[in-house]
Amino acid sequence: MSTNNEYYIPHKATWPIVGTGGLMIMLAGFANYLNGSSIGSGMMMLGLSIFIVMLGGWFTLQATESEAGMYNKGVGISYRMGMMWFIFSEIMFFAVFFGTLWYTRNLSVPWLADEITGSTLWPNFEDVWPTNGPGNRGGDYEPMGAFGLPLLNTLLLLSSGVTCTWAHHGLLEKNRDQLIKGLAATVGLGFLFVACQALEYHEAYVDMGLTLGSGIYGSTFFMLTGFHGLHVCIGAIILSVVLFRSWKGHFTPENHFAFEAAAWYWHFVDVVWLGLFIFVYLM
Amino acid sequence: MSAVASEHEHTDDHHDHGPAKGWMRWIVTTNHKDIGSMYLIFALIMFFVGGTMALIIRAELFEPGMQFVEPQFFNSMTTMHALVMVFGAVMPAFVGFANWMIPMMIGAPDMALPRMNNMSFWMLVAGILMLASTLFMEGGAPASGWTLYPPLVLQTGDALPFAVFSVHLLGISSIMGAINIIATILNMRAPKMSLMQMPLFVWTWLITGFLLIAIMPVFAGAVTMLLTDRFFETSFFDAAGGGDPVLYQHIFWFFGHPEVYVMILPTFGIASTIIPVFARKPLFGYSSMVYATASIAFLSFIVWAHHMFTVGMPISGELFFMYATMIIAVPTGVKIFNWTATMWKGAMTFEAPMLFSIAFVVLFTLGGFTGLMMSIAPVDFQYHDTYFIVAHFHYTLVPASVFILMAGGYFWIPKWTGKMYDERLARLHFWLSAISVNILFFPQHFLGLAGMPRRIPDYATQFSDWNMVSSIGAFIFGFSQLMFVYIVIKTIKGKDCADATDEVWEDAAKHGLEWTLPSPVPYHTFATPPEKIPTEHF
Repeated sequence: MSTNNEYYIPHKATWPIVGTGGLMIMLAGFANYLNGSSIGSGMMMLGLSIFIVMLGGWFTLQATESEAGMYNKGVGISYRMGMMWFIFSEIMFFAVFFGTLWYTRNLSVPWLADEITGSTLWPNFEDVWPTNGPGNRGGDYEPMGAFGLPLLNTLLLLSSGVTCTWAHHGLLEKNRDQLIKGLAATVGLGFLFVACQALEYHEAYVDMGLTLGSGIYGSTFFMLTGFHGLHVCIGAIILSVVLFRSWKGHFTPENHFAFEAAAWYWHFVDVVWLGLFIFVYLM
Repeated sequence: MSAVASEHEHTDDHHDHGPAKGWMRWIVTTNHKDIGSMYLIFALIMFFVGGTMALIIRAELFEPGMQFVEPQFFNSMTTMHALVMVFGAVMPAFVGFANWMIPMMIGAPDMALPRMNNMSFWMLVAGILMLASTLFMEGGAPASGWTLYPPLVLQTGDALPFAVFSVHLLGISSIMGAINIIATILNMRAPKMSLMQMPLFVWTWLITGFLLIAIMPVFAGAVTMLLTDRFFETSFFDAAGGGDPVLYQHIFWFFGHPEVYVMILPTFGIASTIIPVFARKPLFGYSSMVYATASIAFLSFIVWAHHMFTVGMPISGELFFMYATMIIAVPTGVKIFNWTATMWKGAMTFEAPMLFSIAFVVLFTLGGFTGLMMSIAPVDFQYHDTYFIVAHFHYTLVPASVFILMAGGYFWIPKWTGKMYDERLARLHFWLSAISVNILFFPQHFLGLAGMPRRIPDYATQFSDWNMVSSIGAFIFGFSQLMFVYIVIKTIKGKDCADATDEVWEDAAKHGLEWTLPSPVPYHTFATPPEKIPTEHF
């Protein structure tokens, strides 16, 4: 099981402290911004810039070391374990919001309308979904249907999963043309998805009166789809880095952890979307 | 000339066997021993920061009436004391031990992901700095209790977004630390060591790591919803919009219950490491210890609503969570009996680590029994949010987790520094701690049963006597801990301290790989995996 013979132990890591500082400045800036302080947005931009520099530097360092052959099989296993457990933590993060949706739809909204609470506090409130609550939070709105942009988005993401796997086959079969085309298609479909979602949000806010403030329906809808959209962006950026590295001639059929990690992440984002499509849009 | 110079640089790079020079060493280090030391020192500092807050609380409660602080600040102190102790002291201390000991216990050259190891430490510092900064903000630090329940917590002033983001940073730190520990244990073990030959501290951390990765994102999600409810008009915890404040409590305790086991499972691991050495016997029931740990971890995910018996739940919910909670007593009992059986007819000696461990077995059992009392839903209706619960969880955290942290410190510091600590002073430290901790927390059971609510700065006069006793115990306990700092510094300086042998404790090398290394332990260990592993336990 062990692989610690000649395991690569790096020394003097400078990027972690840079990244920590950047993230801390960014979050402190965001908190200041929310509190209405004028320095908030500036701090946020500064922190974000530092963070982006860190990502660039750290990725470059890892890519250089990987191409120099410094990572043996054992290091590769550690990286893969790291990525798997990271994706598991992301699953738990999304589970919170899916759980929230389940709880409100099946427990708290019915309780608000039942014979004990409902008849005394809100006699006119009915247990239906979608709802913006007995207080009619955010005013009248139109719920988001499943069969317009959302269905198109489902098709886009599912196809991108196929192109991603096609690219992987290209990599394994040393067909670099297929690898690059497949990755480019995946990244393109990913960003197209984000564009469609932006259009969907625009429609919701401008034409349908559906906002983050539209009671529990608006809250769960935008929180779930919004965090998913953010993850699509992150995944597409990771895939872009992998595309760039492929174009530079990196990766071999034996050594391509970055590609695998990006692909795993992409499939995870894909599966979350399927859950969203079923539980947020269809049901 | 230039060729020679470059060759010199080249060799220098490949013989990077010592620590870097200067203070930058600590900022950029990737060495598990350096990072472990930083975690432990940071945790010790935070232990005194959180302890000072506790003494402010106890000073205010010494007598009825308002003496020193405003009620709002008092509530900030109970909140911050808990957050600092949980996220700043106890958890980082166990991560520090994990960093130091796990690679040495499994024969690995370092942690699996050394750069991420560095980052998880600095993320911890960033998170705690951000949390501490809320003390100085308009409206004060969060004063809602560490659970951060809405709607109360949404009334926090400028501190709210900072508290939320500090939770995010601490969560990132814990997740990265946990991923690293799991990858190290699964991927870096000596080839000859099977899973069921790992020391129990390694086992308990493997399971704790899993708990951390599963729960920290849940807490992050919960506080994110607090943030959007306050600033972005969402209605997650607002009934008028169709949400429910009780939902927050469910999510929080889905995190919170496994979280308290994050603080107790490594405690079990260290106790299971120390007791056999001083009983001079193999650990009784090794495999049952492993299965009990896994069972406790599994159960921790399905008992959360026992924190919410009085909040309003369907009767089927009350019953399920009541019985599920009681079941935890079974694997925990297995552990208590195993430690007792390990000591049975052992050739015991009572050095400081063993004294703390025995006190842990006894006093943790006491804390466990009060937990069993409160698992009974109708009984909990009486105890909920009284000083009884305060007494209960402090018994499981202070004379259990904190005592075992002290025990681990005394147990391993000779290996780290090559010097024996002052045994006479350490035993004095133990007796002062063990006596004062009971003066501090035992009377709180009486206060709670008599109906004194928790998180209040003032109380009815019938509670005066026991509060006074408790406060006296608190100050003795708090100041006794300064002895630990003195003993540790004296050992590190090493003057007037005896040299430690490689084995440190009699026959310890039978019990673990770390005792086969020289004392003080070199900067890099197990560059090649060990040929033989100790088999005493199996």
